[in-house]
Amino acid sequence: MSNYHTKTVTELSAMLQAGKVSSVELTRYFLDRIKSSDDKLNSFITVCEEDALAQAKESDEKLKAGNAPALTGVPIAHKDIFCTEGIKTSCASKMLDNFISPYDATVVTNMRNAGVVMLGKTNMDEFAMGSSNETSYYGAVKNPWNLNAVPGGSSGGSAAAVSARLAPAATGTDTGGSIRQPAAFCGITGLKPTYGRVSRFGMIAFASSLDQAGPMGQSASDCALLLNAMAGFDEKDSTSIEKEVPDYSADLDKPLDGLRIGLPKEYFAHTEGGMNADVEAAIKTALDEYKAMGAELVDIELPNSGISVPVYYVVAPAECSANLSRFDGVRYGYRCEDPKDLNDLYTRSRGEGFGPEVQRRIMVGTYALSSGYYDAYYLKAQQLRHLISDDFKKAYEKVDVIMAPATPETAFNIGEKTDDPISMYLSDIYTIAVNLAGIPAMSIPVGFADGMPVGMQIMGNYFEEAKLLNVAHKYQQATDWHTQLPEEFK
Amino acid sequence: MSAVDPNWEVVIGLEIHAQLATKSKIFSGASTAYGAEPNTQTSVVDIALPGVLPVLNKEAVHMAVKFGMAIDAEVADRSVFARKNYFYPDLPKGYQISQFDLPIVGMGHINIELENGETKTIGVTRAHLEEDAGKSLHEDYAGMTGIDLNRAGTPLLEIVSEPDMRSAREAVAYMKKIHTLVQYIGICDGNMQEGSFRCDANVSVRPKGQKEFGTRAELKNINSFRFVERAINIEVERQIDLIEDGGEVVQETRLYDSVKNETRSMRSKEEANDYRYFPDPDLLPVIITEEYRQQVRAELPELPEQKQQRYMDELGLSAYDAGVITSSIGLSSYFDTVNEKTGDAKLSANWITGEFSARLNREEIEIENARVDADALALLLLRIKDNTISGKIAKDVLDAMWNGEGSADEVIESKGLKQITDTGAIEAFVDEVIANNPSQFEELKGGKDKMMGFFVGQVMKMSKGKANPAQVNELIRSKMK
Repeated sequence: MSNYHTKTVTELSAMLQAGKVSSVELTRYFLDRIKSSDDKLNSFITVCEEDALAQAKESDEKLKAGNAPALTGVPIAHKDIFCTEGIKTSCASKMLDNFISPYDATVVTNMRNAGVVMLGKTNMDEFAMGSSNETSYYGAVKNPWNLNAVPGGSSGGSAAAVSARLAPAATGTDTGGSIRQPAAFCGITGLKPTYGRVSRFGMIAFASSLDQAGPMGQSASDCALLLNAMAGFDEKDSTSIEKEVPDYSADLDKPLDGLRIGLPKEYFAHTEGGMNADVEAAIKTALDEYKAMGAELVDIELPNSGISVPVYYVVAPAECSANLSRFDGVRYGYRCEDPKDLNDLYTRSRGEGFGPEVQRRIMVGTYALSSGYYDAYYLKAQQLRHLISDDFKKAYEKVDVIMAPATPETAFNIGEKTDDPISMYLSDIYTIAVNLAGIPAMSIPVGFADGMPVGMQIMGNYFEEAKLLNVAHKYQQATDWHTQLPEEFK
Repeated sequence: MSAVDPNWEVVIGLEIHAQLATKSKIFSGASTAYGAEPNTQTSVVDIALPGVLPVLNKEAVHMAVKFGMAIDAEVADRSVFARKNYFYPDLPKGYQISQFDLPIVGMGHINIELENGETKTIGVTRAHLEEDAGKSLHEDYAGMTGIDLNRAGTPLLEIVSEPDMRSAREAVAYMKKIHTLVQYIGICDGNMQEGSFRCDANVSVRPKGQKEFGTRAELKNINSFRFVERAINIEVERQIDLIEDGGEVVQETRLYDSVKNETRSMRSKEEANDYRYFPDPDLLPVIITEEYRQQVRAELPELPEQKQQRYMDELGLSAYDAGVITSSIGLSSYFDTVNEKTGDAKLSANWITGEFSARLNREEIEIENARVDADALALLLLRIKDNTISGKIAKDVLDAMWNGEGSADEVIESKGLKQITDTGAIEAFVDEVIANNPSQFEELKGGKDKMMGFFVGQVMKMSKGKANPAQVNELIRSKMK
């Protein structure tokens, strides 16, 4: 019995290119794994068996013909937030349960052009609103390390699927930590690129000025390969940036001598809702490892960190309140039965089609934008965003990267925080500032606390994804946290 | 038209929506052509599928800047698109992308001619870019409403005036001026039937001499010059009657019913939407450089006022004729052709502002639909100039041409209208008229010049209008010697 699931994308790609395995064989292998194991996790909303096998067959022909791109034939999963032509694209909402997209998101197109095979669409928090994957219309996703725990969110399905190796890699999106927090909870590597690095076209919008797609994989080296395919200017997205895409795999092995690592004191503070001791211990050990590799640890300040959660919970709901107005029961998606009149059509379609967390955020956002409150909330929040960005800009004058925990604690139990939205929101306390500033950041596994993975966050300056990947990769060369598999999925 | 009570002053401001003549929509590549089958001119962006994003059409920006330059406005270095949030089935995104506190075109102005011949400057507060909504079709669907999104995303320039107008006439003059201007600079086809050019009017009244404005009502979506005038007048009358009867005008949106000639309330201020404007995070601010402004300024064509002045200076037209002709780009290009072919600006202007315009007005059609084109009219005028027909006969020929009976020459030929220039033939008529009216002829010879008209008239009558009047005159005078 082969063990393809223990191989990284980097390894699988090499095997495919060398003809040691066919894409059809690989694809079938992972489809079988999904079939036999996903009922424990609920990490997929849609599995595309037929399409995947057809794509695999095509890939094999391309591989045979030679000169096929690096990812040709590698099966991966897409978060169900990306529109996929001819395939259900639900955003984990009842609202879009019946929606078959007539077009592909740019990320999907780019990945397809790079040769990947799509296994299916992964579960997520409804419309990416949540930190535990419990808001999905299709039910909660379980953490492969402990089936009673959440995988994090909103890209919880992608994180769980990669963690359990039901897919060698997956795409995710990150608005306030939605790649990094589930990556940390599930013990995988996730990267949120610089805002504008990856096209948002076809990615169902939550908060337009914060949303960014990125790779979720087993290693930094895998993420580099995936980002090579995902990144790039897209004329269909006015906020994507016209800047050359470097080869993210090129600098992975650069030595870290003299690397200046900033440690923001606000992220290491022992305050309520702050980092727990076991998490701290794992992070400290990882930092020692970096010291041993020749890096220098520098204490820094990000004085406005404390305002990022409140700022985020004004900006993100405000943008989402408008972004989700198109779901009105008129043209596609869920429509209530027998509407009495137009108002009834709107209120019932939206009231029945959206879950409680989505409704809560739409209401918060609508309030924040209302006449008389706009200046005090939305405008003020946007002004404060600049302070947060300035903190980072100043910090990067002194350091190359910033390291901090990705989350204050490890994965919590399913149901533990569902009745307390504020405590749920605080689980993103370390990840949110990155989105508000638009900088890139990763989460990599650095150990365990009570048997659950701990993620460390590495934040970089604008467009310095290559440096982040290099810093993460060197650590993964020296340690094996990222190669560990949950017992049930070995 | 009812005259406004002299104790009251009317205050009017207009918001004009001009549909920009771009080939594709403002945020998508779909066509903007009018009249296609419902929902055939829609892209994934226009129907607001999940995940789609707007991309700004540069040509729409170009056109807005052109307008800004033409009214001498400040064109903003940086303008911002904002989302205007409200639910309506023909508004696919649940918000309209518009501009709010940072419009592309700032304060400018335009001059209008008043009835007393004076010129008045009307301030243009701002002009901003936005997308149009689709259409709700309430007929033909048996209790259901059809949605046609072909128009959704069509670029509009909303041109907002200062409350500078003091009568319905002034409002119409301003609207016509803007209508002419947008066509001159090629940013709007001006087609009011198809809704390419429409307006909302903010109307209030105040006692003469009062400084503060009265409470205004907004009259929505009026799509003809005639209706603008009537709607404003009827609304002014309503407001004055209301106040004089001890009532108060409430701030509200009103709809003009052209059939009943009345305005009625659509929604009050309390019911008005809170649009929750905020900058659209999907679009970058529009940055206009000085270099771009200058480039656009340089491409501006001759504007109506410049053309009017040129017609007066170079062609010797009267201010009135030059004003009428340049009031429409269609009319002025028609004139240019006729003038070029006839080489007679005054004759061309007289005919175009007179007989020709009268026929357009009578049938209420636009110059583009005139039944006699410029080349055909020029040929007719040439026949006056070469004495083939008289000016009087030419009017009949124009009627025949208008009715599709052929070219000027064909009509003259088939109806036998060719002027008689044969001196012998005319002399025979003259002799006969003199013989029939001996006493009158004596009076004429005795110095009663008025009789000249009588004799010319009789001869013309006898010749069925075909005798050359100049020759008739000359022959009668020779007989008097």
